[in-house]
Amino acid sequence: MMNYGFLNIYWRDMIRFFRFRTMLLSSLLQPALWLAFFGIAMASSFDKLMSGVPVPAGMHAVGYLTFMAAGIIAMTSLFTSLFGGMIILFDKNWGLMREIMASPMPRDHVIIGIGLSGMTKAFIQAIIIMVFGIVIGAEFFVGYTPVQIILAVLGILAFVGVFSLGFLFLSAGIAVTMETPEGMQGIMTLLTMPIFFASNALYPVDAFPEVLKIFSLYNPMTLLIDGIRYFAIGPDFLALGKHYVSTGSDILLAFSGLLVFTAIMYVFARWRFMKAVVT
Amino acid sequence: MSTSMKPEHQTIISVKNLEHSYGDFKAVDGISFTVKKGEIFSFLGPNGAGKSTAINVLITLLSLQKGEVSIAGYDVTRDPQNVRESIGIVFQEITLDRDMTVWEILEFHGKLYSMPRADRRARIEELLVLVELESKRNTRTKQLSGGMKRRLEIARGLMTRPKVLFLDEPTIGLDPQTRMRMWEYIKGVNKEGTTIFLTTHYMDEADLLSDRISIIDHGKIIISGTSWELKNTLGRDSIYLETSDNAAATILLNELPVVKTISQKLKGIVVLITEDGTKTLPFIMDTLRNAGITIGTVNLKKPSMDDVFVHYTGKEIRDEAAGKSRNISRTARRR
Repeated sequence: MMNYGFLNIYWRDMIRFFRFRTMLLSSLLQPALWLAFFGIAMASSFDKLMSGVPVPAGMHAVGYLTFMAAGIIAMTSLFTSLFGGMIILFDKNWGLMREIMASPMPRDHVIIGIGLSGMTKAFIQAIIIMVFGIVIGAEFFVGYTPVQIILAVLGILAFVGVFSLGFLFLSAGIAVTMETPEGMQGIMTLLTMPIFFASNALYPVDAFPEVLKIFSLYNPMTLLIDGIRYFAIGPDFLALGKHYVSTGSDILLAFSGLLVFTAIMYVFARWRFMKAVVT
Repeated sequence: MSTSMKPEHQTIISVKNLEHSYGDFKAVDGISFTVKKGEIFSFLGPNGAGKSTAINVLITLLSLQKGEVSIAGYDVTRDPQNVRESIGIVFQEITLDRDMTVWEILEFHGKLYSMPRADRRARIEELLVLVELESKRNTRTKQLSGGMKRRLEIARGLMTRPKVLFLDEPTIGLDPQTRMRMWEYIKGVNKEGTTIFLTTHYMDEADLLSDRISIIDHGKIIISGTSWELKNTLGRDSIYLETSDNAAATILLNELPVVKTISQKLKGIVVLITEDGTKTLPFIMDTLRNAGITIGTVNLKKPSMDDVFVHYTGKEIRDEAAGKSRNISRTARRR
């Protein structure tokens, strides 16, 4: 008989998400606040700096807010997903995990269930940022037909989904064998720094030193952002004086990269869960 | 009231030479026991005796290191899935999600065990009635009292109609009245046919609930038996007598082989005997009457479970047992 245990885990995690009001509100407000404060502040200075630079004829130039809004979607997905596994640590420390571990449900269903609920949260946040971003002036989906907009949004969600699953698996795999939230927090902070800053979320990576540049090119964060910009802004645009061109096959490659990353993270999480002793 | 007169005598839990270590520390050091179908079996022991480790191996949360364990006919190492499907568990600490409702807790549990929807829903209704939580079905667990939480956990443990229900310190932290109600529930569940495996450090709990008790300390089973058998092994029934001639009675009774010691009290004597007092008392009274000594007052005191526990775990000096063992449980409850 097919076991749908992961749906049960998903159901419970969503109940908790919607009932835990402070968590719900902060996770929805946080990305909007980033866009509103950091985005507008940075956009006004960058756009002023770039205002003297002429735009070559026929180029589609976008403002900094548009450029970084894609980065903020990715950043929010990263943070939410990396901390998404924390619930497993709490479940473990509060004894709630024992009910699950002593049940006949296979353990990988916990990983999948938590992954899917984290992915849902990342979707909700991505949509909020897109809507709020457009409201405050991000030039997303400019000149798209309604059908194209729907397809573009689905493309963005596909990228966000696979990316967030990967980091949720990583986070769950770490959480299941951690003892304290403080330790977990420490590791997560260590991970977010390089992943976020060595990416093209806020600036182009071309000027990076060689080593950092190579890392950033394979960084799942960069792959995600490439995907988001392709769907939200277009295959060919100019931002911060740099010409971004990506073809369909570039994007397919980026997506495949994310799939590989997520598959590896799933194997990692599964290995940690099989090893974990919860009493 | 503790009898082994249950109709079924089939073994449902069988443990042979179970050992479990954490590094160099042997938490469980070679225990063997069996639990018969339909009985209430208790592990009685102080905190840190190895009870929880043993139970964690039995419920498959810890993997078996050494020994043999089978539950409901399934081996915990070879067939953990079937073991899991045969048992229900009530953990020592409250393990309820604070933000879920009573109904959701049971629904979640039923789904964990892949119970079909119709069966699950019907079983939830049955259990809400059993543990008297029908009116709380939509209440979040954080709003329940300690006793209600425990009852909900028992209902959850029974959700899948387990063959064996494991209860790890089921009344820890509950007030006396609530504890007594919990005992009623547990007995009721047992009467319905569920075998119960209980761990406790409360003597009264083990004494009142169990058909059989194993006293466990330092990872070893020290002695097993019915509560009555355990008390009798002490051979320390004491008889208090006030007679017309206490001095003569003392001399006379000292001759009897069943008498261990006699001590003088203000108005009477205390006779410690080596055999079951209920059988020896008539004989002693006859002996005195035949010698022309009349008996004014008589009182037989059987050893309590406290006495048994203290004797076998060696936690207290025998003479101070009554007063101090109460302290043991008081400190233990505070943990």
